[in-house]
Formats: sequence, structure tokens, C-alpha cells
Amino acid sequence: MAITTVPETPRKPGRPPSPYSARPQRTSLGRKVRDNLTGHAFLIGAVLCFVVFSWYPMIRGIVMSFQRTRRGETTWVGWDNYSRIIADPSFWTAWQNTFYFTVLALVLGYVVPFFVAILLNEFRHAKGYLRILVYLPVMLPPASALFLFKFYAYDPSEAGLFNAILKALHLPTSQWMQSPEMTMPAMVVASTWMNMGGAVLIYLASLQNIPGELYEAAELDGAGIWRRIVHVTIPQTRLILALLAMLQIVATMQLFIEPLILANGAGAEDSATSVAYLIYQHGFFQNDLNGAAALGVIMLVVLAGFSAVYVRLTAKQD
Amino acid sequence: MAQDSGTRTLISHSQLSRGRGKVIYWTLLVVVVAGFTLVFLGPLYWMVTGALKSGQEIAQTPPSLFPKDPQPQNYIDAWNNLALAKLLFNTFYYAVGAVLFQLVFDTAAAYSLSKLRPIFGNVILALMLGTLMIPAMVLIVPQYVTVIDLPIVHINLLDSPFAIWLPLVANAFNIFLLKRFFDSIPEELMAAALMDGATSLRTLWSIILPLSRPILGVVSIFAVTAVWKDFLWPKLVMPSPETRTVSVGIYAFAGGTPMNVVIAASVIAAIPTVIIFLIFQRNIMSGLTTGSIKG
Repeated sequence: MAITTVPETPRKPGRPPSPYSARPQRTSLGRKVRDNLTGHAFLIGAVLCFVVFSWYPMIRGIVMSFQRTRRGETTWVGWDNYSRIIADPSFWTAWQNTFYFTVLALVLGYVVPFFVAILLNEFRHAKGYLRILVYLPVMLPPASALFLFKFYAYDPSEAGLFNAILKALHLPTSQWMQSPEMTMPAMVVASTWMNMGGAVLIYLASLQNIPGELYEAAELDGAGIWRRIVHVTIPQTRLILALLAMLQIVATMQLFIEPLILANGAGAEDSATSVAYLIYQHGFFQNDLNGAAALGVIMLVVLAGFSAVYVRLTAKQD
Repeated sequence: MAQDSGTRTLISHSQLSRGRGKVIYWTLLVVVVAGFTLVFLGPLYWMVTGALKSGQEIAQTPPSLFPKDPQPQNYIDAWNNLALAKLLFNTFYYAVGAVLFQLVFDTAAAYSLSKLRPIFGNVILALMLGTLMIPAMVLIVPQYVTVIDLPIVHINLLDSPFAIWLPLVANAFNIFLLKRFFDSIPEELMAAALMDGATSLRTLWSIILPLSRPILGVVSIFAVTAVWKDFLWPKLVMPSPETRTVSVGIYAFAGGTPMNVVIAASVIAAIPTVIIFLIFQRNIMSGLTTGSIKG
């Protein structure tokens, strides 16, 4: 069969339809242009929103961090914003607090949901009920949940819920948010309670994809429950575990509403100040949007560093 | 998420249904159900009943399990003093608008990227997905500066609902969810429609959308809860008391209001999302897991 070179050929019979394009392949230029225009017309609304509220602010944030706007006049100031923000007495405290929170949240908020999911996956009863319970706090507005913790749970007197429980168990009570040592652990507990539901459900879904034969084989080889978790469950969910670790680090590094509501911002002896809170302080209270933008860029660089390490580690494993 | 009693998990089914295993299983089940109820429902109970207690009762030691002299007045005070009706209406209005804007623009974009595949479509998709890597806190300052003086048109969006609606359209996760769903719709259906002379818009409307109801539901629910739960962004772009969302309004009043009233207001603010969750929990959970797992 002769293949014609006439551009108007409606469809070449020998060519299989493209798996992606719904439109039959046509070579007419006008048609192609029109199809592309239609495609972009459908994209334009979302793309404009991305341009204005996402891509442009990304670039603008970097530009702003090297500028200073005073009385409506914007000048280039080099690294001034960076040196000013690093000189802020709270700068290193904020990073220390944020890292401390991230690590505590990894221990509590990352490990606990995994084992909760393993436990829930073994039950043949009350599954739906338990799943709803775990996810319920995720649906509360964070401000609502945090006021509950602030006023009722972390009340430093013995009328507070946690102190009443500790007292009933004859354990020493705590000052909670008014004690610099307890501030971070208390915030992590509140934050984990509010947020762990999502991780539990994601783990549950990935646990259900593990082939049962693997457990069967491990059991025949005499592996106990713990060894089955280590040698079957964890390797089989490795990818999702790694992904959620990354997502959680990114989320906890942005710690903001917990210090704002539980600790009124800085907390006892600056023990609650986070990097995100410092951005907020500089940007919207000290009228230093440029400094805040510089701190945002620093945060971006730190998180990019984390991501690079993460990609390295996960690439090596595969 | 069906009951998968057939599949083998960590511990074999037979081991759990015989002798010692059975005893351990049921003990553990009871302990976990009781423990989880206490941990996850307990605080909510404490919240709802605590807001019914009087000022003295809340300060007494040890705390009482039931309010001795229930004060529904706290809830009424919260409703009136904090103008909760107005705050709830604002939040509801922003949530509905967010759903509409996201459904229209994100669905159109996902349809284009999945089925029309115009030139540079993949580049645009990659740039969109790239924004998932950028933490929200990093963008908060330049986003705010952009919203108070939009580039080129120089419009100030402060206190305008568009300041909440439009940035939410730039949601790569939604577009990704929708695109993945559209990808699974067979091309033959599209081709058949095109043969009949249907336009792209007509195909989207009468073929793709009717098949996509589940995912559209998931996107809508996520949009509503995102607006209801968001705090810092609405706090920044809705500064005047008339335009506040409910969370921001409660926070603004928390300083000068008795704490039982603040808690009562928090309970009221949480009711809509809890109801949405109880009604749509299946859709929410499936959306959550399909979106993140198989990506």
C-alpha cells in the first residue's frame, strides 16, 4: 500500500491510533493549531492562578529578600535582610525549637501511626469505627482543637485534664505550656492528636497491599510477630514510609498555629518560637516584609537540603 | 475498603480464632476500642461538656465528669457575643466559592492535560506539581504582597473573597487527582463523541463529568474542609471583623472572652466539618488513600 504524502489524507490506515490523543491524527496545520488553542483555553484559568499566586510569588520572594521597601521606595540592599534576620536574637532559638519539634514529631507522630495502623489491620471487628475515631480530630478546625488543649488539657492548675489524670495516678503534675521544658512535648502531643489520622489511613491502605503469602512464608520459617514486622511489613511499605517521613518533615518545619494558640506565640522563655512564627512576626508585626521573605528563602533552602538528602537515601535503597 | 477477612495479614486468621489466640485477640480488641474511644472521643466529650460548666466548676479540683449545673448560656453567649452566625456564614460562603472555582478551573485544566494534551502540556503539569514541594510558609509573604497589589491590574484583594478563592485554584494536588481519574476513562468514549461531532466542551460536560462524580465529590469535600480548617491565610487577607472566618474570629475574641465561651464557640465552629466527615467519611478516606498511594 502506497503511503501518500498529501497532507490532507484523512487518516493513514496503517497507523495505530495514538494511545493518548483522543483525536485521530491529522496533519492539517490549521486543525493542529485549533486543537492546541482549545487545549490551552481549558488550561488558562488554572494556569493564571498558578502564575499569580504560586509561580510569581516564588520568584518575588527571592527578589524581595534582596530588596528593602521603605516609605514606598524599593532599593536593592544585597544580603542586608539576611544579616538582619540572622542577627535577630530569636533566630537560632527558633531554628533550635523547630528542629526539636521536628525530631519529637518524628518519634511520636511518625512511629505511632505506623504501629496503630499495623494493629488496626489485624482486627476483624470494629474496623470502621476505629478508623473514624482516628480520623475525627483531623476534621476539626485546628484552632478549635488547640483551644481545647490550651484551656482544658494543659491547664497548669490541678483542674486541668492532664494534671487531674496525673494526680489520680499519683504522678507529679506539670506546668505544661508555662514550663519551658514541657512546651515542645506538649505541642507535639496536641499536634499528633490532631494530625495522625491521615498517616494511619495511608498506612492502612498500603498494609492491605502486602501479599499474604509473604507472612505465610515468614511464619513457616519460624519468624515471630516482631521479625515478621521487621522483615515483611517494613520492607513492603518502605516507599510509603519514606514518602510520609519527607512530607512530615516538611509539615513540621512549618510549625505555626500550635505556638500561636497554645503558647501565645513565643511561649515561656521563647521556648515555643518557631521559624514560621518568626516569619509571621517580622512580616506582619515588625513591618519587615523583606526580612520575612529572606527567612522564607532560608527555610526553603534548608528544606531543599533535606529533600536532597532524602532523594539520595531513597535512591540508594532501590 | 471492604472487610478483607480473606486476605492474610501479620497474624494468621486461624491463630486468632482458636484457643489462646482468640482470648488475646478479643482482650486486645476491647482494650483498643476502649482506649481509642477515650483518646479520640474523650477530648471531644470534655470539650462539649466543659463548655456547659460554670466558671467555678471548671476551676474546681478534681474536675467533674458531668456538668453539675449545665449552663447552656455559655453557648448562647458564644453565639451572640462572637457573632458566630456571621462568622459561620462567611466561612460557608468562602467554602462554597472555593468548591465552585476549583471544580470549574481545576477540572478544565485536568481535562485538558489528560485528554486534549496541548503542546507544552507536560511542562505546565510539571511546573504545577513542582509547587507541591514548596512549603506554604515560604510563600506566605510574597503571596500576601501579591494579593494586596495584584501585578499589572493593581487591584487590592484584601477583604475580598477572591483572595481565598483564587489562590485555592492553584492546587496541584487536586489537578493531579482529577487528571489521574480522567486518564482512566477509555479513549474510545471520547473518540465516539468526537465522531458524532461533539466539541471538547460538550465531551467534557456529557461524557467525562458524569463518569467522574466520585472524584468531583472528593475534590469538593477537600475544598470545603481546607477552607474551614485554614487559619493563617484567611487571618492575613480577611483583616476586618466583617469578613473573618470562624477560626480567625474565635482567635480574635479569645483574649477578652471567658474561656468556657471560647470553648463553646470552638465546639460550634467544629460542628460543620464533623458532620461533613460523618456523612462523607467513605469518600474522604478513599480520596485520601488513592491520592497518595498510587501516585
